Amino acid sequence: MSTLDDKAKEVSAEAVDEAETESPTEVNEKKQDNGPWGYIILFFIIGFAASLVIGWGIFPKVLYSQKKQPIDFNHVLHVAAVEEGCESCHFFREDGSFSGVPKLAQCVECHEEVQGEDPNEAKFVEEYVAKGREVPWLVYSKQPDCVFFSHIAHVNMGKMECDTCHGHIGESTHSKVYEENRITGYSRDIWGKNIAGLKKNTWDRMKMDDCAECHAENKAVPKTVETLPWPISWMPRPYEKPASSQVRVQIDKDACFVCHK
Amino acid sequence: MKVCRRSFLSLVIGGAAGTALSPLPWKLIDDSSIWTQMWPWTPVPEDGEVSHVNTVCSLCPGGCGLTVRKVNERAIKIEGMKGYPVNDGGVCLLGLSGLQLLYGSTRVKTPLKRTGARGEGKWEKISWDEAIAEVAKKLADLRAKGLSHTVGCIAGSDRGTVAHLLGRFLTAYGSPNFIRTPSMQDSYEQTMYLMQGAQASAGFDVENADFILSFGSGLIDGWGSPVRMFKANSALKNKGKLVQVEPRLSNTAAKSDKWIPINPGTESALALGLAHVIIKESLYDYDFVNNYSFGFDDWTDDQGTSRKGFKQIVLDEYSPDDVAEITGISYSTIIDLAKSFARASKPLAICGRGQGNTPGSLSEFMAVHALNALVGNINKKGGVWAVPDPDYIRWPEVEMDINAAKGMRANRIDGAGGKTYPDSRYLLNRFPEAVNSGKEYPIEALFVVGANPVYTLPDSRAVKEAFDKIPFVVSFSSYMDETAANADLILPNHIFLERYEDVPMPAGLQKPVVGLSKPVVKPQFNTRHVGDVIIQIAKAFGGGIADSFPWDNYEACLQETLGRKWDTLNEDGFWLDSNFRAPGWERAFDTPSGKFEFFPRTLAAKNENTFPQFSPVEPEGNEGRFPLILIPYDYMRLASGFIGDPPFAIKTVEDTVLKGNDILVEVNPKSGRGFREGDQAILSTPKGSVKVRVHLFDGIMPGLVAMPRGLGHTAYDEYLADKGINFNELIGTVEDPVSGLDAAWGIRAKLTRA
Repeated sequence: MSTLDDKAKEVSAEAVDEAETESPTEVNEKKQDNGPWGYIILFFIIGFAASLVIGWGIFPKVLYSQKKQPIDFNHVLHVAAVEEGCESCHFFREDGSFSGVPKLAQCVECHEEVQGEDPNEAKFVEEYVAKGREVPWLVYSKQPDCVFFSHIAHVNMGKMECDTCHGHIGESTHSKVYEENRITGYSRDIWGKNIAGLKKNTWDRMKMDDCAECHAENKAVPKTVETLPWPISWMPRPYEKPASSQVRVQIDKDACFVCHK
Repeated sequence: MKVCRRSFLSLVIGGAAGTALSPLPWKLIDDSSIWTQMWPWTPVPEDGEVSHVNTVCSLCPGGCGLTVRKVNERAIKIEGMKGYPVNDGGVCLLGLSGLQLLYGSTRVKTPLKRTGARGEGKWEKISWDEAIAEVAKKLADLRAKGLSHTVGCIAGSDRGTVAHLLGRFLTAYGSPNFIRTPSMQDSYEQTMYLMQGAQASAGFDVENADFILSFGSGLIDGWGSPVRMFKANSALKNKGKLVQVEPRLSNTAAKSDKWIPINPGTESALALGLAHVIIKESLYDYDFVNNYSFGFDDWTDDQGTSRKGFKQIVLDEYSPDDVAEITGISYSTIIDLAKSFARASKPLAICGRGQGNTPGSLSEFMAVHALNALVGNINKKGGVWAVPDPDYIRWPEVEMDINAAKGMRANRIDGAGGKTYPDSRYLLNRFPEAVNSGKEYPIEALFVVGANPVYTLPDSRAVKEAFDKIPFVVSFSSYMDETAANADLILPNHIFLERYEDVPMPAGLQKPVVGLSKPVVKPQFNTRHVGDVIIQIAKAFGGGIADSFPWDNYEACLQETLGRKWDTLNEDGFWLDSNFRAPGWERAFDTPSGKFEFFPRTLAAKNENTFPQFSPVEPEGNEGRFPLILIPYDYMRLASGFIGDPPFAIKTVEDTVLKGNDILVEVNPKSGRGFREGDQAILSTPKGSVKVRVHLFDGIMPGLVAMPRGLGHTAYDEYLADKGINFNELIGTVEDPVSGLDAAWGIRAKLTRA
């Protein structure tokens, strides 16, 4: 009997043992039923927040390098001294092409000798005028090489003001920092200071959409620049005019190559 | 706290969501697309102020006016100059590609001195002062030893101030050996001299001709001044005819009104046969022949011997039947051609094969010129004009010292102007043989200016051997061409877009014109104008040699020489003698008889069997061993002169001419039995064997093999070097019995399976 009892006891003891060993795990599992989701959400939030900080805060700082112009230029001073405003230095050549940033030869017309006491002036005359070297100005508004832009078509024919695209640069007393995109090598001014690409003024950004916006508004003819509502690769090939009149795209011959080289 | 896998995934998802809501991916996509357009090796045109500079091209004898478009200081595009008397706005492929010669990789950038073996390509950069001192020292040593006559100079031209400076230097120094590179100009000059007594170039009024009979001249393959000829050929379509006589269907033949295939080398027989018909049918110009010509009828020479005239010889010996036999052209074709030529109102016969880079047989030039005389189309609208060189280089005579006078008394190394060839001025084809045999005297020093003889002269092996024998070779080439590569010293000249130079007398123009090459851009490298270098070498000598060069530099010399023309040249780019009129027939012929001489008396006195006779120039080689005949052909897209094809040009050569690095030779399917299109073959001539590919072509007469000129360079850049075979490796020279010029038009050859 004793054997049977013993066996039973043993069994029950084992059962108890088993119960005893199992029970804490069950309890733990029950505790964790609420815990994992908490962590998951926490980590999601951490990841989400960190990437936002990186994307909005750190990324723009890493993307652009800060460069100073070789000479700090005072537009106000110069505009006051010349007679024809912007066109005194930024003029159209005889063939209609735009001179852009003045060459040294133009500067030398007035700056053969040091004028005033500004150290920038002394540096300019010493390093560039005396040595006959062109100043390597950093051009804020330089468009990528693939873009063809005619100033005369916009200024003379389109009667646009300089500041529509360039802002009130003529009112600056110092050259602002040139922020160069480390990937493309172009100025931050093309994409715009706002990393999200939002703009308040017409001159805040100078991407293709900005050209298109103005052209659409003014119905600049004959080669209206309008953007596609979807990537060009989605268009049927060859680029036939879709049935929907909603699609406003230039499909004339040479359309792309009016502005794109 | 325990971070599990799910937490990590959650972090990543959160990060992805946050990133998607940040500008980062969108901005990166945009930037990377711009970045792909900004790779540094993507060529980007310069942006800036556009300007245009007028200049004149000297890449070939054509002498076209060019307008170069510049952006800032960079030359961007070469176009033809509008209003220029030669090309009026047109430009050829080589001229168009000139910028690659300016900015390309074949330039010699600084004076170089050889350090390794000849042609090994090992050079040491030296300064200009060292280079000039070295040349001056070498020349002074030779002069001190009484060997001044052993200095030679090979130049691409003998006109203009640079060539005159070179010639003047040699005279003052004491050497008679100034040699111009050969071309059809040599034969035409001699024809003009013998038949018309004129020291003149032949000018062709192709614009006003209404029937052009071309004896193998590639009117649209680069003959004369190529752009002008293209234009004239196009204009001719509406108002006249072009008949092309040559054994191969060249581009000119294909575009002509009639192509007459002829047994090669029998062109002068055809010309005499045509003369026969014209005379027999009395279709010649009576006024000209009776009143302004000599030797047409029988005549008596100074010794009182009666001589047959041109008329009698031609009537006796060149009947259409005989000529049909010689030339392989049918009887009726000869009759028709003679009649239509003589009946045209402005018929013009021209010769000089292909681009006219070889002189050819003098009797052929004279026979063709006699045709022009028969129809009275000499010195007239639509005809051939004798055009004197513009006479603007009037420098004081060189005062030769004793050494110079002694050197100048030596015979010319090439025998030109000597006893055998008294009427020839330059015989470069005889130079290699003269140097190799050493019969006359050895050549101790050689200057090469505006020429690439190692590549362009026939019988490359003999030329190379001759160069190896000359201990001191100085090249003035702007490019590392074959001659420069085999020189001891390279003193690189500015290229034509970087220098001032007068470019007189465009080839084949019937008006005296001087063009001005102007610096379009600043010299890109440490090069120096050859004119300046010559003046500096002369000054290094001091004494009489230095005194013969009173100018400070070349530009001063040029300005002073051009005098009042300088301003016109600078403004318009050219000077045209507005008083020049067609010389006409009165007093135009300065021959012994004072008339046009069908039978040049100077020749008749010497050798009666030279003209008017067809004496065939036999191609070298044994017919049994070499059953075929190899002839060269010229092709507009291949520059075969001293400049090689730039990359733009070589890219346009089609693959029936050059496939990969293999040259194709044209063979008629009848002669090329056993070969399929593109098959490899060995082409052998008595001069050598090369590997080629076969192009079966119905446009070449059976029995012939045709090979393009202008390939097979060993120098220049990877775009040109080692492509194809240089024709000159396969052909030798044949001296013309009268002129001594190279009269070879082909060589015997055989094609065997590779």
